[in-house]
Amino acid sequence: MISSASPTGLRSKILWSVVGWLVVLVFFFPVLWMWLEGFKTEPQAASSPPTIFFVPTLEEFQQVLSGDFPPFFINSAIASIGSTLLVLILGLPAAYALAIRPVKRTQDVLFFFISTRFLPFAASLVPLYLLARDLKLLDNIFALVLIYTTINLPLGVWLLRSFLLEIPNDLFEAARVDGAGFRHEILRIVVPLIAPGLAATSLICLIFSWNEFFYAVNFTSSVAATAPIFLVGFISGRGLFYAKLAAAATLASLPVLLAGWIAQKQLIRGLTMGAVK
Amino acid sequence: MNSTGRSILPVVGNGGAREPTAASVARRDTWLRRLPLLPAFVYVIALTQIPFVLTIYYSLFSWNLLKPGSFQFAGADNYARLLTDEPIRTAVLNTVVLTISVIAISVVLGLAIASLLNSEVFGKGLMRTLMIAPFLIMPTAGALIWKDTLLNPLFGLLPNLLTPFGLGRVDWVNRFPMAAVVAVEVWRWTPFMMLIILAGLQSQNPEILEAAKVDGASALQAFRRITLPLVRPFIELGALLGSLFVVQTFDSIYMLTYGGPGEDTTNIPFLLYIVAFQGFNIGQASAIGVVAVIMTTVVATFALRTLFSIFHVEARR
Repeated sequence: MISSASPTGLRSKILWSVVGWLVVLVFFFPVLWMWLEGFKTEPQAASSPPTIFFVPTLEEFQQVLSGDFPPFFINSAIASIGSTLLVLILGLPAAYALAIRPVKRTQDVLFFFISTRFLPFAASLVPLYLLARDLKLLDNIFALVLIYTTINLPLGVWLLRSFLLEIPNDLFEAARVDGAGFRHEILRIVVPLIAPGLAATSLICLIFSWNEFFYAVNFTSSVAATAPIFLVGFISGRGLFYAKLAAAATLASLPVLLAGWIAQKQLIRGLTMGAVK
Repeated sequence: MNSTGRSILPVVGNGGAREPTAASVARRDTWLRRLPLLPAFVYVIALTQIPFVLTIYYSLFSWNLLKPGSFQFAGADNYARLLTDEPIRTAVLNTVVLTISVIAISVVLGLAIASLLNSEVFGKGLMRTLMIAPFLIMPTAGALIWKDTLLNPLFGLLPNLLTPFGLGRVDWVNRFPMAAVVAVEVWRWTPFMMLIILAGLQSQNPEILEAAKVDGASALQAFRRITLPLVRPFIELGALLGSLFVVQTFDSIYMLTYGGPGEDTTNIPFLLYIVAFQGFNIGQASAIGVVAVIMTTVVATFALRTLFSIFHVEARR
């Protein structure tokens, strides 16, 4: 870079780097602190002043993992993966209909889909709760799978459509001239080309459903409770279990944190429903 | 985007038995195109639209699940109570305060940090990676960490750090409940704003900025006249999408303050939770739901307009 070659350019680069890193570390600090607390013993985590230097221990992580946490974690996995698969199964054909072979009033259909994403949960909460109660689906992970699918499907349709639009139309024309059937068209042409789109959509669906709390807290109690519900147990102040709390919070956050970090590029596109690439 | 742009010849077979008329082929083709849309469409209608109609219906009834036989037509009573009931007005006000302050602060911070990450600094990639962590952390986990390990007046890090300044042992969450909720939500949403605004900044042609500098524009002038207009749609998009999420804030309130003290941090979603799942007042909860929908629709309309305008810009490129 020309600007950093000159001494003043270098100095300003160093200055702004320091400022930038300070800001970033302020934002990252709570995450770092969560990790650190998780590796402490309980007395170290609940000391005043806080313990800064300590010998890390895996004790609390082991306790959380060997205790009652795993079923919550597994429920979260079932709800997230199940609903993500459903979103892909329902969303891909819909996105195809909107992108490749546009139906009439495509804009209206798109508008309709996304408006349901921003319908507050207040809109449908009570009837869904009553329905789940009558169908004996309360505290059943299947109810969460269905609800998370509802939450993520509009996003999935938009996102998949934005990826489908990038496929050159000639490819489909060529397939059609060859006499390829609809299924063939989907499997042989669409799926391989939008593999990145499927990944981005899955990522966003996983993030939203894994972290979801409102429906989880109202529709489940014990059998189907997910990871965030496990964390609720810590607010009722049953003693000072800060290290255990931090270890559990770390484990509960890990899947989404890793997925988001690995797929950073897809994150922004997914969050804006394909509008920003 | 329109269907005339893609000429699709009907490929459905004419098996030879009889020549299909042009109209029937066209009709069949239309249905073939709609068919893949149908499952998703039906699913969304079944789980959002029909329940919403039921919500409107229930909102006209006085109905408490804990009182058997209390299902009675109540007309607009539930809505009348919305206007007179103190907790509900507080909740509306809290929702507005929370949403506006979180969005305003996180947009400003997000813009500043995005600008930093877009300039010449060391370790951009790692900075960005660390920066998005607060957004990815499970919100319940994040709120819990803030409350118990950072802000806790006895063992929290912040009160201990502030002790030398005479501010130790301050119970921040209890003394300033709304500020605490706003702080945690800003921590979570700033990375979101930063990501969107950074994408806008990176779509900018650096040569134009160089040219402006050659022409003698100061950094501030260049930012105001060139950069800001360019990233404005991205800021708008971030603010509007963000506000649609922040309006629904529930996790951090539940974990940090449980809506209290009193009703100081009760927003609409939290009030709904209290009315529906602590009081089991189905009629009143439904009326709150209807009002929440109306409020959200206003914001969402603007959000969608912005979204579409960005799509049009993308299409023109």
